[in-house]
Amino acid sequence: MSDIQDTTDRAPAGAGPAPRGTTTSRRRFLKDAAGVAGGAGLLALGAGLYAKQASALPATAIRPPGALAEADFLAACVRCGLCVRDCPYDTLKLARLGDGVATGTPYFEARDIPCEMCEDIPCVVACPTGALDRSLTDIGEARMGLAVLIDQETCLNFLGLRCDVCYRVCPVIDKAITLERVHNPRSDRHAMLLPTVHSDHCTGCGKCEKSCVLPGESAIKVLPAKLAQGSRAEHYRRGWEEKDAAGGSLIGEQVELPVRGLEGKAFGDTRVGPGEGPGSAPVPSSAPAGLDSGWKP
Amino acid sequence: MSTPAVNTSTTTGSLPPNSIRGAARRGVLARPGLEAIENKGWLRAHKWLLLRRASQLGILALFLLGPWFGWWVVKGNLASSLTLGVLPLTDPFLIVQQLATGQWPYREALIGGGIVLAFYLLLGGRLFCSWVCPVNLVTDAAAWLRRRLGLKGGKAPAAKTRYWLLGFVLVIAAATGSLAWEWVNPVSMFHRGLIFGFGLSWGIVGGIFFYDLLIAPRGWCGHLCPQGAFYGLIGRTAVLRVSANRRSACNDCMDCFAVCPEPQVIRPALKGVGQDHPLILDGDCTTCGRCIDVCGKDVFRISTRFDRSES
Repeated sequence: MSDIQDTTDRAPAGAGPAPRGTTTSRRRFLKDAAGVAGGAGLLALGAGLYAKQASALPATAIRPPGALAEADFLAACVRCGLCVRDCPYDTLKLARLGDGVATGTPYFEARDIPCEMCEDIPCVVACPTGALDRSLTDIGEARMGLAVLIDQETCLNFLGLRCDVCYRVCPVIDKAITLERVHNPRSDRHAMLLPTVHSDHCTGCGKCEKSCVLPGESAIKVLPAKLAQGSRAEHYRRGWEEKDAAGGSLIGEQVELPVRGLEGKAFGDTRVGPGEGPGSAPVPSSAPAGLDSGWKP
Repeated sequence: MSTPAVNTSTTTGSLPPNSIRGAARRGVLARPGLEAIENKGWLRAHKWLLLRRASQLGILALFLLGPWFGWWVVKGNLASSLTLGVLPLTDPFLIVQQLATGQWPYREALIGGGIVLAFYLLLGGRLFCSWVCPVNLVTDAAAWLRRRLGLKGGKAPAAKTRYWLLGFVLVIAAATGSLAWEWVNPVSMFHRGLIFGFGLSWGIVGGIFFYDLLIAPRGWCGHLCPQGAFYGLIGRTAVLRVSANRRSACNDCMDCFAVCPEPQVIRPALKGVGQDHPLILDGDCTTCGRCIDVCGKDVFRISTRFDRSES
């Protein structure tokens, strides 16, 4: 007690040594201030930690078009709901406490109501704070998420049927979703037309997810790009892209080697037609066994 | 047995207490303003309260006309709104936080924030608290019930806590790079909940009610809320002020202290502690006018900060 008193008294206190009463009250003031500041600091720290911990967005919650990257979005969005009000299709909603999305921020769930991709993008125009970026003027450039055909076991097209609904409803049909024709090994005589999403064009509007005919969960889902996409391995050069860029092969003309059994086909055509395949087309008996199958370029 | 009870309360009401702040804090008076009702009639003794409720509910109604009836007078909420498609209004507290995170808002938000800031700078920052903020309804209800039930004790944190919290809210915004306070801010959560749907936000509003009722008298609005602290800072130079210009008529009944949400602001003006003019210049005063209502002697009135007259 007296030690503290002495130290305080010895401290340079302006006009002479402070009287005893002032020291006590100063000490009490410092103690009170520390308590108050500490309490307030803890409260704010709690809020900050909670915000940090809870800022993970559920995978099915999609931000409006033009939304900044999630971290920046949470800094810029003041939770006013003007985008929600100007959404003509009631797609957007404000997260309520308990929804798992930052309280008061706008989002939509594609399986409920997808984005209709308005050409004038009213939600972006309405945002006063820049959380939705107005440099987005062409809704085709929006990247709200990325559709992924996530369940190949239940997708009807993967089962060999011609559902095609996700492909048909896609606002960027034949670009964002294409039907890729592949052989159906089950029947061995049918094709499967597989809905295939292309990230160059998919806006993440979610109309495919909404319209998937499966009861309950959709086989195609819009996910945040972070979940849906792998990182591109930049150290791999794609030969065909390099070739296009250079206007020709970078390593000269290649010797095209024959593929046994496909001698009559154009190079690279591996489709098996009727009457072809092992057993159906006997190898010419004149051909000797070995590499030379009589193929001529 | 009811007559003595009434007498007791009247006696308590007219006796000058030993400690002005102590008496008010302990909530000695269960029904402040009885004398005013007798002298002025019920309506005049509730004039400012009724006007204030009309303002709070009217503003809320403007926001609700759209979602309830499809008449879009005001869109959005108190965080940021657009009136009649032309007038942007934005909460400057949010803009300051946004700037702290390093984000620069669009022109609309800056203009809207400027308009709101200018309004409160001029007229009184904490007008927001008493005339606009919906949480005031909750904490006033808690304070009313606390008086009526005669709940005493409880401990509120120091009134300065809110300024520390305000500082830390900005620090946390800068540190996390996000509007962290908005995750828990009961003020915006309540208003947004009324307009856009609550979810579990009822829990937070209920928490504030019971905190004020059972734990800390006037705890939220008067001691913790950083938004109120922000507007209090804005209101330091505001023109519109309450004046105790007939303070010579004061009979020390303590009713004003009992109803005042920030009782510490009254004493300098009413009792001339540390100042000689009768103006309440403390930025914490919300200019709610309730002291004017409950005073049986008409000591207080709304005035400007330039009017130092006394009568």
